[in-house]
Amino acid sequence: MKSVRQTALDVQNGDASALSVLEESLARIRARNDELNVFLYVDEEGARAAASALDERVARGENVGALAGVPVALKDNLCQTNIPTTCSSKILEGWRPPYSATVVDRLLLAGAVPVGKTNLDEFAMGSSTENSAFGPTKNPLDTTRVPGGSSGGSAAAVAADMTPLALGSDTGGSIRQPAALCGLIGVKPTYGLVSRYGLIAFASSLDQIGPLTKTVTDAAMALEVIAGHDPLDSTSLPEPSPSLVAHVEDGVAGKRVGVVRDLIDGADEDVVAAVERAVEVLKEAGATIVELSVPEFRLGLSAYYLIAPAEASSNLARFDGVRYGLRVNADDVTAMMEATRTAGFGEEVKRRIMLGTYALSAGYYDAYYGQALKVRTLTIDAFRRAYHEADLLLGATTPSVAFEFGSKTADPMAMYLSDVFTIPSNLSGEPAISIPFGTGEAGLPIGVQLLGPGRSEAQLFAGARVLEIADGRP
Amino acid sequence: MASLRREDVAHVAKLARLTMSDAELDKFTAQLGQVLDHAGDMNALDLEGVIPTAHPFGLINVVRDDERRACLDHDVVIAMAPDAEDGRFAVPRILGEAP
Amino acid sequence: MTLRDGWEMVVGLEVHTELKTYTKMFCGCANAFGAAPNTLVCPVCLGLPGSLPVLNVRAVELAMAIGTALQSTISPSTFHRKNYFYPDMPKDFQISQYDLPINVGGYLDLPDGSRVAIERAHLEEDTGKSTHLGGGGRIHGADRSLVDYNRSGVPLVEIVSGPDIRSSAQARTYAAELRGILIATGASDGRMEEGSVRIDANVSVRRSGEPLGTRCEIKNLNSLRSLVRAIDFEAARQVELLEGGGTVRQETRHWDENLGSTSTMRVKEEADDYRYFREPDLVDLVPDQAWQDRVRDGLQPMPAERRAVLTQRLGDRAPALRDALEVVIDLGLDPYVIAALDAEVDADLAFARAANEIASDLVHVDNLSVESYVATLRMEQSGDLSATQAKTVLVEILANGGEPVSIAQSKGFERLASGALGEVVAKLIEENPDEWSRYRDGNEKLAQFFIGQVMKLTKGQANGKEVIAALQARR
Repeated sequence: MKSVRQTALDVQNGDASALSVLEESLARIRARNDELNVFLYVDEEGARAAASALDERVARGENVGALAGVPVALKDNLCQTNIPTTCSSKILEGWRPPYSATVVDRLLLAGAVPVGKTNLDEFAMGSSTENSAFGPTKNPLDTTRVPGGSSGGSAAAVAADMTPLALGSDTGGSIRQPAALCGLIGVKPTYGLVSRYGLIAFASSLDQIGPLTKTVTDAAMALEVIAGHDPLDSTSLPEPSPSLVAHVEDGVAGKRVGVVRDLIDGADEDVVAAVERAVEVLKEAGATIVELSVPEFRLGLSAYYLIAPAEASSNLARFDGVRYGLRVNADDVTAMMEATRTAGFGEEVKRRIMLGTYALSAGYYDAYYGQALKVRTLTIDAFRRAYHEADLLLGATTPSVAFEFGSKTADPMAMYLSDVFTIPSNLSGEPAISIPFGTGEAGLPIGVQLLGPGRSEAQLFAGARVLEIADGRP
Repeated sequence: MASLRREDVAHVAKLARLTMSDAELDKFTAQLGQVLDHAGDMNALDLEGVIPTAHPFGLINVVRDDERRACLDHDVVIAMAPDAEDGRFAVPRILGEAP
Repeated sequence: MTLRDGWEMVVGLEVHTELKTYTKMFCGCANAFGAAPNTLVCPVCLGLPGSLPVLNVRAVELAMAIGTALQSTISPSTFHRKNYFYPDMPKDFQISQYDLPINVGGYLDLPDGSRVAIERAHLEEDTGKSTHLGGGGRIHGADRSLVDYNRSGVPLVEIVSGPDIRSSAQARTYAAELRGILIATGASDGRMEEGSVRIDANVSVRRSGEPLGTRCEIKNLNSLRSLVRAIDFEAARQVELLEGGGTVRQETRHWDENLGSTSTMRVKEEADDYRYFREPDLVDLVPDQAWQDRVRDGLQPMPAERRAVLTQRLGDRAPALRDALEVVIDLGLDPYVIAALDAEVDADLAFARAANEIASDLVHVDNLSVESYVATLRMEQSGDLSATQAKTVLVEILANGGEPVSIAQSKGFERLASGALGEVVAKLIEENPDEWSRYRDGNEKLAQFFIGQVMKLTKGQANGKEVIAALQARR
């Protein structure tokens, strides 16, 4: 598929019809979806209607928006009116939301064409998409390996060239990690930059929606469309969407880049080597390199694995069989709720609900949840100190390239530990971007990560663009 | 922190409305215990006086005007229900009063 | 009712009031009573996945108004989630204020001179409503239940008093005065029968001078009468239990209005673990001084102040009019009474017509302007209308609106023109020569005879004083 930018230009100029672009996307989905298990639902009819309507508007000479005719894959935790939305959970099987997420409305307004819903780790809890109730998604670059997670389906959709753009959600790395494992750009925006209205919550204080694309410019275009204040989300930042595309070519000359050992050490050799090459590239592009140590980032993992499950245990209480989704009948309402939840949730979801319930329960709140909130403060303070010395930070996105199926499923803790580099940005609410930079074991892509202070997305895109060019994608 | 006991896990399962088999209780006790032990490294820190952060940015007073917005169509609402009667969501008998 | 010698009751009240907003606390669905089930719901108040709450500014301001009226400190506050599973609660948690409520502390001075401390008055959301099928409509023994979420997310303020109340009468006075304040602030319509104000009573007993006893909480008292009866029953039950050597178990109890007794609803359990934590979908509420001042400046006078104004106006007639005065304050009818007093209407009349005629058709009070009330009473006082006629005019205006003079005319109530009365009197004199001569000779008792005859002929439309005047003119 052509890039987001080229597709939108072609459709806006009448050089390609939205419908023909869509048909290409649908053909590619048909060709590989059975093999890869990327889409849980493809809305062929709705997408064709949207594309045709767009083509008619182009014919009438109307302005059809920044993402005109761009097929988009939506992670299946984003609500779209009357389109099945499952969170890859049996508990929501068959549910069709009567409303759309704000990001979906904004995509439609910008002329994008949602084609379907992608697989994820159930309720976005996982790092491999192996926790889906509807089977794992395979990494299109090597089908014996995971695409990462939890936005594994969205990453695979773009990596398999089914759509040039996908939206994911990132609570502890769920956009950046699959982007890294599938060789894509993945953006976790500043908390509050993108409305969460209509995103089925995992951990409300950590979740953010962001794009996965093949190019930095495409990601910037998509983020411009979905960002900006939304009165339906109380945690939405008050400012309008920032200007991003205009700054993609700004470069890093004169910027201070902090190389954070704590975001590199412990990664595989090939990953460490890639980060080191990235340092050289940024230096040559005129950045000043600062070596930083931020030990608090390591602690973030412990805090995260209490805060996120705690919020999740409450967010997922509503799946009780009373109002929508699955119900397993029983003699009384309590037994019905218990039977429904026991049958409807998968093992990882149960594990996190249990962990979170425990962390909040009487007698343990102070020792676990309360303590975790304080460590969150330490993480935020540590970032603030780091940004006194650097304009952006550089590290690895993941400790390794894409791993094989089943290699971490037996040991939840090992899986959790693989999120160590991505979690700090979620705790601080600050933005981070993963950029493919070189390859490692088995020729698989490696992702490096740029992090910046709140609302510094433009600067992150500029830095990412420098790495993109150096990696051979001008 | 004392390590996690099996009865704690059973109690938490009840609070969370999840049924656990004996085998699951054993497995979860071990796995959750591992995560909690890892979290124990936080207790080595001196966190006295650190203000907890529940939220990344300090927005305050986010409110909306007291103005009507469209409600959902009643038919759409009831169509979602696993069981409904008389325009309402039907559930099996409720054993106790709300707290 | 008083307790047996040596015993004292200790009562604290939790008063929940639904706030009179147009929309719910966190979404734009109408806050209305009596709509068809599940017609006032949206993704937010149904707790659909992905929906998010946004706080209604009017709910915040009404809560601040209540706090201001109760001398609370309006404080920076947060919202928490109270987690428990229950089918009428769509998210299986309730958004409520926990350790940092919007109104902290305060007090309420009662008309009897006592003061009850206010601990807090915080914001929270209401739940949906269950109907139980089978088992006679009660939860126990029902086969299944039906849930309507129209009430889900309606804003509530819970006002928690200190354990300062020492009798059911004082509890009643407190609840009535608080209800008056809720109405005066515009926060509530005060309708207990519709459930817009619900009271939980914490009751314990002790021997005078001893420390506090174990308390029981009686839930959902829906009238002042129930409040008084339930407290008296519960305190007596506890005294009897303790005197018999038993102990009071801390529990939640249900008041049965028909049986006139309380019974165990649920025992406080180990499993009551609500796992409170900050609601991450909402941000802190920090009302600055300017906002607090705006709310304060918008407040109407509270019942105590209005009572003082009227009492002062009445001077030494106040004690005799106390009951009517309380009705007038309670129903917020003092503007009518004060305007009537200003127009030199007699105090008895000014209070009586408000406390009776207006009070009995309160739902239509907006049909009656203060000016029409005063005009009607002035016509009554001047004799242009009889008492019966004045009442009829007020009832008519309340029911259907309109203006007093034209209503009196259309009903034929206007005082009979002197000419017409003269003709009637002349006719009676002619038909009753005997009576007329005795009256003319000075038998004043016969005036009553003529008045009676005139009334009969005019179907009560005439004015007695004027009949006498007409008779005397012909003597």
